Amino acid sequence: MSLKDRLSELLNQGLEDLKSTSEQDELNELRVHLLGKKGPITKVLRGMKDLSPEERPVVGSFANEVRDRLQEAIDARKEEIDQKLLTVKLEKEKIDVTLPGKPAARGNAHVIQQIIDQIEDLFLGMGYQVLSGPEVEEDRYNFEMMNLPKDHPARDMQDTFYITKDILMRTQTSPMQARTMEKHDFSKGPLKMISPGVVYRRDTDDPTHSHQFHQVEGLVIDKHVTMADLKGTLELVAHELFGDRFDVRLRPSYFPFTEPSVEADITCFNCGGKGCAVCKHTGWIEVLGAGMVHPNVLKMAGVDSDIYGGFAFGLGPDRFAMLKYGVDDIRNFYLDDERFLNQFSMKG
Amino acid sequence: MKISYNWLKEYLDIDVPATELAEKIERSSVEVDSVTVPSDGLKKLVVGHIDSMEPHPESDHLNVCQVNVGEEELLQIVCGAPNVAVGQKVIVALPGSRIGGNVKIKRSKMRGIVSNGMICSLEEIGFSKSVVPKEWADGIYVLPNDAKNGDEIYDYLGMNDSLIDLDVTPNRGDMLSVYGTVHDVAAMYNLKENLDHPNLIEGKTAIGDELTVAADKEAAPIYKMRLVNNVKVGPSPLWLQIKLWNAGIRPINNVVDVTNYILMKYGQPMHAFDFGKVSGRKVEARFAKENETLTTLDGETHQLDPQDIVIADEKQPIGLAGVMGGLNSEIEDGTTTVALESAVFNSTIIRKTAQRHNLHTDASQHFERGVNHGGVEEALDAAAQMIHELAQGDVDQGMVIANDEKIADVVVKITLTRINHVLGTELTSTEVTHIFERLNFGVEMNDDEFTVSVPSRRWDIHIEADLIEEVARIYGYDNIPSTLPTGRMTIGTLTPKQRIIRNSRSTMEGLGLSQAISYALLNDEEAKLFSMKASLPTKLDWPMTVDHTTIRMNLISGLLKDIAYNNARKVEDVTLYEQGRVFYRTENQVRPDEEEHIAGAISGSLHSEAWNQHHTETDFYEVKGIVVEYIQSLGLNGEIDFEATTKYSDLHPGRAASISVHGHEVGFMGQVHPQIAKKFKIKPTYVFEINLQALIDMPKSDQQYDIISKYPAISRDIAILVDEEITHQQIVDLIQKRGGAFLNSVKLFDVYSGSHVPSGKRSLAYSLTFLDKEATLTDDTVNKAFEKVEVSLQKEFNVEIR
Ligand SMILES: [Zn+2]
Repeated sequence: MSLKDRLSELLNQGLEDLKSTSEQDELNELRVHLLGKKGPITKVLRGMKDLSPEERPVVGSFANEVRDRLQEAIDARKEEIDQKLLTVKLEKEKIDVTLPGKPAARGNAHVIQQIIDQIEDLFLGMGYQVLSGPEVEEDRYNFEMMNLPKDHPARDMQDTFYITKDILMRTQTSPMQARTMEKHDFSKGPLKMISPGVVYRRDTDDPTHSHQFHQVEGLVIDKHVTMADLKGTLELVAHELFGDRFDVRLRPSYFPFTEPSVEADITCFNCGGKGCAVCKHTGWIEVLGAGMVHPNVLKMAGVDSDIYGGFAFGLGPDRFAMLKYGVDDIRNFYLDDERFLNQFSMKG
Repeated sequence: MKISYNWLKEYLDIDVPATELAEKIERSSVEVDSVTVPSDGLKKLVVGHIDSMEPHPESDHLNVCQVNVGEEELLQIVCGAPNVAVGQKVIVALPGSRIGGNVKIKRSKMRGIVSNGMICSLEEIGFSKSVVPKEWADGIYVLPNDAKNGDEIYDYLGMNDSLIDLDVTPNRGDMLSVYGTVHDVAAMYNLKENLDHPNLIEGKTAIGDELTVAADKEAAPIYKMRLVNNVKVGPSPLWLQIKLWNAGIRPINNVVDVTNYILMKYGQPMHAFDFGKVSGRKVEARFAKENETLTTLDGETHQLDPQDIVIADEKQPIGLAGVMGGLNSEIEDGTTTVALESAVFNSTIIRKTAQRHNLHTDASQHFERGVNHGGVEEALDAAAQMIHELAQGDVDQGMVIANDEKIADVVVKITLTRINHVLGTELTSTEVTHIFERLNFGVEMNDDEFTVSVPSRRWDIHIEADLIEEVARIYGYDNIPSTLPTGRMTIGTLTPKQRIIRNSRSTMEGLGLSQAISYALLNDEEAKLFSMKASLPTKLDWPMTVDHTTIRMNLISGLLKDIAYNNARKVEDVTLYEQGRVFYRTENQVRPDEEEHIAGAISGSLHSEAWNQHHTETDFYEVKGIVVEYIQSLGLNGEIDFEATTKYSDLHPGRAASISVHGHEVGFMGQVHPQIAKKFKIKPTYVFEINLQALIDMPKSDQQYDIISKYPAISRDIAILVDEEITHQQIVDLIQKRGGAFLNSVKLFDVYSGSHVPSGKRSLAYSLTFLDKEATLTDDTVNKAFEKVEVSLQKEFNVEIR
């Protein structure tokens, strides 16, 4: 048998043996056996010295080819075995993915805060500033400069917590109208602001009344601001907070600091406008009050009412939250029951 | 105020459905609380005639009546009313009928006798007790004789009317009357109103011979009286009673009812005195004297205040002006001479009197909102005429007048340009003129300018803006376009302070705390707890309850109350933060300073328990981790330090720390003192409170990219046994001081004190990391630095290196 034939035989035998290996160790043994220093190929190569100088390179290169092909086959087999072992291992590592995950701690913003943030973002986008004023306020700003002189009957509409004769817990965020108008330099541009915050009324807490609640005041003063601008702005607020499918209607109303004054209603959530107990069978739910700033308010804040004018509005995030989420008791907002707070963890 | 649609129709040719009218009123004028039809929900209530009646054999108060309800057969009904009698026309609830309160009436037996229905009182068919005339209060109601047997009863009692309940805003006092409503509805629908006016027939006696009046000018700018003699007091006719009870007023007699009717029709409060009970001939409207008392018609006796206006005869007060009459001059069955008062009283004084005596009447409510100064006399004449017609009284010639005013239209000028400028509309002068005409205002147009004459019945209109509102509401808010403010550009951004507050909130939430909003008004004790600063409390002058008397000087109390609320409801893991203001005040300050704070409170476990997570109660170090993470997130210059403190007596003395940033104390944290926890009824709770304003005001570090070293860091661990008195901070400070230039970080990785270490000692283990950003560190360099640390620790703190 020629060396070449012998090498061919070794190759075929080797490839055949590889097929039956199934373990890493076995494979390793076979590799050492075939390709090792004491292996048959090495042995064959030792016999090369007996070959003629012409034959030597031919057999030599064939021997290398055999060696390479065996190495390749071993590698391929190794890969196969590894893959098989990995599959078995992964199979063993299988877990029940339906078991609950480890609870992660996550807090969330108060539902009223979420509504205030949403309102702030809407108005920031329209070029409004966000301002905040004192919660313990002067009678002058809270009432007098809002066109509510002492003895004005509308003061009875708002039962007030007084600290002294002249200092009180603000009953509304409206004093920020006077405070900002007083300071604003109209030569630098229009005044566009909203002012969210806590307000207080001398009320007995019950499902629909709270001695503490929130308001967001809005004010725009410039040379040409119209009732139509107010209407468009209020519609935008309603659509942003409640959704486009809600209609808005304006009704005449009365606030001492605006004239004309309006209240804005939106389509009843509960019945979609058909009329139900929630909306007192009108199909509408009142959501905010607004109007064109009263000339007296402008004058008292030192603004020339012949040149400047504008609109103001006040809305109640508590009421919005109650309507939007069907919260039936306003006290829920201030008791901070975890089971209540955690219901509003969706960021949307 | 409940307005009867049927009554409106007497003056207006209008026939839209009541709900449609209500919607129109809402969109154009004032809010409508409800539209109700008294007969709604009632069924099978008919007129019956009691043909005969005999006592129930088994009862001493029941009668068995045979009732003709227009059918061939008589209906046998058992009736227990004391006033039932043969020959009466009564309200019969037939079998299968439905009466008030949604009650169904069935055929039944009463003590063995069949009763085919029920004979009803007014209350039983849904009348409020407060409007049922006294005559019918304790028995069945008797219908007029001409009521037809078998007819439905509703029309006889005015129950098919739609009652539109107006919620009138303070400026629209004119809508508190039928005429006022008629005027406004006429404008809304562009209708012509057909009002009637009094046509008074006076007698021969001149009033001045019998009565003189006087009135304080400030108290009663208009004060007039008429006198009606030979009055025969009795029940009012049914049509008048219906108008009253549908408006929610109880019919009393033909004199009192007239005054109430006039009030509803014209909006002019009117009072009738029994002149026979008046001492002397002079009636005066004046301020009350010290120590005067008056018993009003409701039987209540009032100690009068010198700021109250009274109507007085020559001896004593006989009425609380504009509020309620006195019992001593009440109209009774025997009354023959009636003094009728029609006046305008000072609205502020009346409001205060009504509040002072807690006596809010229809009259006081009208005066508070103002009345039509131009309508005082017409109302007086109309009342006198009605008493003449209904009670056969003879009206004295003329009236006595204490004070009077010249009534003139208010003239307001406005340009078309101004109207369109404010409303954002493009109305034409014809359209605007038409609106003023619909309102029945006088209007003249000159160039661009309208001169508008507003009659006294609209006393709310004085200035341009008032006219603009009239145009807007009659034109319709629905027709005004929707636009957004244009004009010069403005930038809307949050201020740095607002941004920090927002970021603080979201960091807290990311760290697992939920935002709480608690009450800022607390009781005095709660308000003062956990105070970071000496401050006087700011207290309400007149609190509503003892729970909310004082403005908070800390946020933690509110959070502890929240935790108590949760704990009481078996919610034991509570993790809350609050961002809000606290209120500090010094001796000479009335209005407190408002300081933004942020506080947190954790009770129970921060991480909810699960199959793969054990329940672990929160502790000082978990909360400290939150505080540190939070403060770091703000990127302030300087180190955050915690120092043991005992100055907060509401905290556990051994588990309290003050928090400083860059050497400035900004807050504190610790465990709530067990005694305080007990008071609040809460489980062990850890809290922190930080002066957020201080953090906002602190300089922020400019964030710069820190090169990540290419060279490896080398770590060395050290375990030491040290006196318990030596704090971790002291050790870290020393290591950092002695660790050399390449010491990069010191990290505590073990703390042990217990059976394996001597008492009074504890074992601490630190990992020191060395790093040279410029080159590879040699072991030699690190060893030298480490040795220095070891030596210093031994020398300074006498530690044993393990
Ligand atoms: Zn509804």
